[in-house]
This record gives sequence, structure tokens and C-alpha cells, in this order.
Amino acid sequence: MGYIDFLSNHGGRLLDGAIITAEQTVMAILVALFLAVTMGLMRLSSNLLIRGAATVYIEIFRGTSLLVQLFWIFFVLPLFGITLDKFTAGFLTVGMNLGAYGAEVVRGAIISVPRGQYEAAIALNMSAYTRMRRIIFPQAIAIMLPAWGNLFIELLKGTALVALIAVTDLMFQAKQINSSTFLSVESFGTALVIYYVMARFIITPTMRRLEAVMSRHLVRN
Amino acid sequence: MEDINQYPVTLGENAPMVRFQNVTKRYGDLTVLNALNLEIAANEMVSIIGPSGSGKTTVLRMLMTLEEIDEGVIYVDGKPLTHMEKNGKLVRADKKHLRQGRGDIGMCFQHFNLFPHMTALENCIEAPIHVLGMKKGEAVDRAEELLGMVGLADKKDQHPIRLSGGQQQRVAIARALCMRPKVLLLDEVTSALDPEVIGEVLEVIRTLSSEHNLTILMVTHQMGFAKEISDRVCFFYGGEIAEQGTPDQIFGAPQNERTQQFLSAVLEAS
Amino acid sequence: MFDWKWDFTLQILPRLIEATGNTLMAAGIGYGIALIVGLVFTLAQKTPYRALTFIVRETVEFIRSTPLVLQIFFIFYVGPQFGIRLSPWVSGMIAIGLHYAAYLSEVYRGALDAVDKGQWEACVALNCSPRRTYFGIILPQAVPAALPGMGNYLVGIFKDTPMLSVIGVAELLHTANALGAETYRFLEPYTMVGLIFLAISLPTAAGLRIIEAWTRRKMGLTRED
Repeated sequence: MGYIDFLSNHGGRLLDGAIITAEQTVMAILVALFLAVTMGLMRLSSNLLIRGAATVYIEIFRGTSLLVQLFWIFFVLPLFGITLDKFTAGFLTVGMNLGAYGAEVVRGAIISVPRGQYEAAIALNMSAYTRMRRIIFPQAIAIMLPAWGNLFIELLKGTALVALIAVTDLMFQAKQINSSTFLSVESFGTALVIYYVMARFIITPTMRRLEAVMSRHLVRN
Repeated sequence: MEDINQYPVTLGENAPMVRFQNVTKRYGDLTVLNALNLEIAANEMVSIIGPSGSGKTTVLRMLMTLEEIDEGVIYVDGKPLTHMEKNGKLVRADKKHLRQGRGDIGMCFQHFNLFPHMTALENCIEAPIHVLGMKKGEAVDRAEELLGMVGLADKKDQHPIRLSGGQQQRVAIARALCMRPKVLLLDEVTSALDPEVIGEVLEVIRTLSSEHNLTILMVTHQMGFAKEISDRVCFFYGGEIAEQGTPDQIFGAPQNERTQQFLSAVLEAS
Repeated sequence: MFDWKWDFTLQILPRLIEATGNTLMAAGIGYGIALIVGLVFTLAQKTPYRALTFIVRETVEFIRSTPLVLQIFFIFYVGPQFGIRLSPWVSGMIAIGLHYAAYLSEVYRGALDAVDKGQWEACVALNCSPRRTYFGIILPQAVPAALPGMGNYLVGIFKDTPMLSVIGVAELLHTANALGAETYRFLEPYTMVGLIFLAISLPTAAGLRIIEAWTRRKMGLTRED
């Protein structure tokens, strides 16, 4: 009955942490989506400056470690006059990091839309803006959903690192409980299970349903 | 470098609907169209036939501005399409000019290219609303009328995935017509269809050519249909028009050796 | 305020270079473990024993869906609870090795599935032994399909080594933290660490893409020249 005792004593704190983790994840998802779409589209621009700026962002955030980025943004950015509270620094960094990966997903999906769709849009004399907004991007969304499912899970896992800048998320709580009780298996193990439940039983089914809805009208190649 | 100023800035009063003047198109080392000269009169129905790689589809694609021109000029309704006037001379058209000229041309593709995430009706009203600025009610009325004309009024709320190939191609034709083009390009519109549905598409084209104020340029392998319905047939070979004339002339008494070879090979296969 | 001290930067460089060595070693060992254990995971899922397949499958999913840093803590602290003390290095390597083994096993699985079904059938028609089928025909075709994933995770493992700092492994981030705590200067240590990561990961990623293209050409899988 040791584990049941453990849960009744400490389960509440772990759940509090889980809520913070969920908040971090949702905020990070919003940041990542915004950046991924913006940077992905910028990467497709014919303008060298626009394309270059997006490439620099993508290469920097994909080429360095998330934890290093986190520390840099939280400890070094204040030296440049930008001080963020730890909660914001947390989800912003995770979002920016995964947004870089997301940008490539967006770009890849857009160029996967069949060429014939572009040509039909041209034949109907649509402007490039209308073509992207009404024809190409909606179809790209259905194509990119599976990859985004994986990215959302990576986002969830990435938020665990914000515990290291003292954001009181699930991992932070697990660490605290471990320090005070030395019950490592119970504390870290339960935290692992909660993360697993969030990934496998919340994110994945939601994405699957989204994929089914969006692909309703599309022909599978 | 050719001298672009050898070409007129506009064509006169009796200009043909379409004129290809000395049009050349290359892909790297390969010359797909070789100084092509072709005129099409208003309301004319012209069929283009020939073996693959002869440049037939390229003619259509260049007219639809899907490909860029290398040499020569294309005129539509007397005005240059691929070029524009600047200080009384011709220069390459910029994006704005191309978009203006494009509005007179419509095209239907071999693989339909319907927008999968929209219903048949939505496919037809999309461009009128967002490109021509039509009000939704007006666009819907016109679309329903045209969908009725192609025999698909009852399918207007279906997505393309639920329609047969023949039905999809008919929607594609209605969609192109909703934009009121002066010239309609048909690029092998029956080549990807199962034999039993080809007839319904040909029936629509028959209606178009007889009842509507429309210049039609059709690349096709349907020889019988081309013979029945065309005002003129052009046989393409090696990027040039090897022979052209009335259907009776081309199918009945082809003069050019290549035309004869092609036609006999096609007849053998059918 | 932004005042970069170059002399300070030179001062800390030796320690950073030493830490880079540790980082590379950690990445290398971890990757080596992952390559082999990943193969074990994949092959275990292809056996006919349903119970084994199920357990391995669920374990792989569990490892892939949960944070590496938490797994590192778990393995490091779990030992002492049962009386075994694992050093930071050992527990770190086990954690990273297992984590990336799970990723790589998915890459291997995908690559094997990517080989055309017809190849298996041809081997049956030619009456090849299972050994010959796997090693002579299937695996060589699976390799090019697996390379992109394997390359990505090599770079990924390198970038994940800073997580080892939380249990005291003296890699780059740990050293930067120490330098910051000792000297109260954070700008140079963290920026240099970031630059070192870029300096290693970008060329590596580019090099991997070249290797992938070369492999595809050598195996006759591209239509160029």
C-alpha cells in the first residue's frame, strides 16, 4: 500500500505540476504554430532577404540544444535589456525551438500539394495570395497534420526542461518530491506515467481525429 | 537575340482572336516549339493533333501563361499577351500585365485539377468571387446555370472525390466557363477517362462549340470527334505545324507524309 | 549590459574545449549504445512471440513519449533506492542510449517496411535462405531508407547531451553553468556554448546529407547520371 500512500500524499502536487505543464505546452504550441507558418512561408519567398532571415532562424534554433537556448534566453537576454519571467521564457523558448522544425514541415507540405492545383488556380487567374490562402494552404494543412502530431509530443517533452529554470511544472514537482522523500521510483515514475498519458491518450487521439476530419475530402495518393 | 521590335505593338481592326507569331520555346537544349505561326479566328473550333513531344500541349500552356515564351509574341484579341507596351515599344510582360491578359483565357486539364476540399459548386464560384469580385449570389446563380448545362445540377454539393472522372471533367469545364473566357483551352480532357464516360464529356464540348460565343483550342487523341466537330485541324510534328486544314482535308486526304504515318498508326491502334 | 570581454572568452576557452570533448564522447557512446539496442528492439518486434512483441512495443512507445531529462533523473536516482549507486556517466549513458534506441528502432522498422514487398516475394520464389534474404537483399535496401533518420538522431543526441548536466556530467552546459556561478559572467560562457553547438551540428548535418545522397547513388536508387 506504499504507492497508494505516496499518491494520496503527493499526488496533488504532481497534478498541480501537470496543469502547469499543460499550460506550458499549449502556449508553446501557439508560439510554434505561428512561427512555423510564418517562417515556412518566408522560406518559400522569392525574395532573398526574406528567405535568408527565415533560414537563419531555422538553422540557429535547430542547430543548438533546447536546454542551452533556454538558459541563454533566461540568463543572457536580460543583459541585452530583455528580461522575461521564467514562465514566459519557458514556453517562448520551447515554442521557438519547435517552430523551427515546424517551419520545415509547413514548407514540405506546401510543396507537396500537387502541381495541378497551382495550374488550375493560374488558369482561373487567381492572384498568388488568393491561390495560397484558398487553394494551396488548406490542402497543405491536411498533409502536414501527421508530422505535427509528432511535433506536439516533442513540445510536451520539451516543456519538461523549463523545470530547470524553476518553473513549477510536473518535472519540477517530481524533483522536489524526490529530494524530500527519496522515493525516486514513485516520484519520477509517476511523473513519467503522467507524461505518457498526456502524449498517448490526449495528444495522439486528438491528432488522429483531426487528421480524419481534414482528409475527408482529399484523395489519398 | 531577336529584335522584339519587328513585332507590332497591337494588331489592327480585323485581328484574329489568337495569334502566335514566331513563337519559340526551349527547355534547355530541346526546342519544343520552333518559330510557330498560328492564327485562330474568333469562335473558331481548332483541334490540335500529333504524336507526343510534338509541342501540342506546350502551345496551350503558353497561351495560358503557364510557360514562359523564349522568342516571338503571342497576341490575344489583338493585344500582346506575353509582352506589353512601354513607350511605344514591346517589352516582356510583367506579372500585372499577364494577370490582365490571362482573364480572357480559360483551361481544362487532363487530370481535371478540381479543388478537392470544395464542392462542385464551390469550385465554380471560387474564382468569380475572389478574382472577378462577383457577389456570392450572382456567382452561385451563374455556377448553377453552368452546372446545369453540363448535366450536373444535382451534384453541385458533392466533393470531387465522390464524382466519376467524367463528372469531374464536366465540373472542370463549368468552372472554366464561369469566368467567361473568350478562349477555352482543352488539354487532352478525355485522355484520363474510362471509355464509358468519354461520351458525356464530348457531348458537353459539342454543346459548347455550337451554342456558345467561344473560341476553342483542343488538343486531343479523339480523332473521330475532332473530325466531326472542328472547323480546322492542325497536325503538329517536331514543334511545328506540319499540316493544317479542314477535317475533311486532314483526315480524308492528308498531304504530308508524317500526317499520313500518324493517322494510319492511330487508326491501327483503334 | 552588452560588453563582450574577449580576454575572458580566451580564458575560459580551454575548459570549454575540454567540455566539448566530454560532450562528443557522451554523444558517441550514447549513439553507439542506441544503434545496437535499437536493432534489438526492432528485431524483438518481428518475432512471432506475441507477448514479447507487445512488451517491447509498449516500452518503445513509453520511452519515446516521455521526456529524456526525466528518464535521466529516474535512472540516476532509482539505483540508490535499491542500494546501487550508478555514476552520473553510467546512468547518463544508459538513459540516453535507451531513449535513442527507441527512436532508432522506429527508424529501422520504417526502413524495413519501406523495402518493396515484392523483394521478399522474389526471395521466396528464388528459394533464398532467411539469412541470405535479410543480409543480402533486404538490409542493403533498407540502409538508404534508414540513413536520414539515423543521421537526424546523431545530431539530435549531440544536442541532447546538455541534459546530462542535471546529474553532474561535466559536459558543455554544466561547464557553462559552473563558469557562470564562479565568475558571475553568463554572456560569454552561454554564447560560446551555443556557437560551439552550431559549429559542430551544422557541418555535421550538411555532411550527413552528402553521405545520404552518395549512398543512394551507389545503390542505384537515384535517376541521376
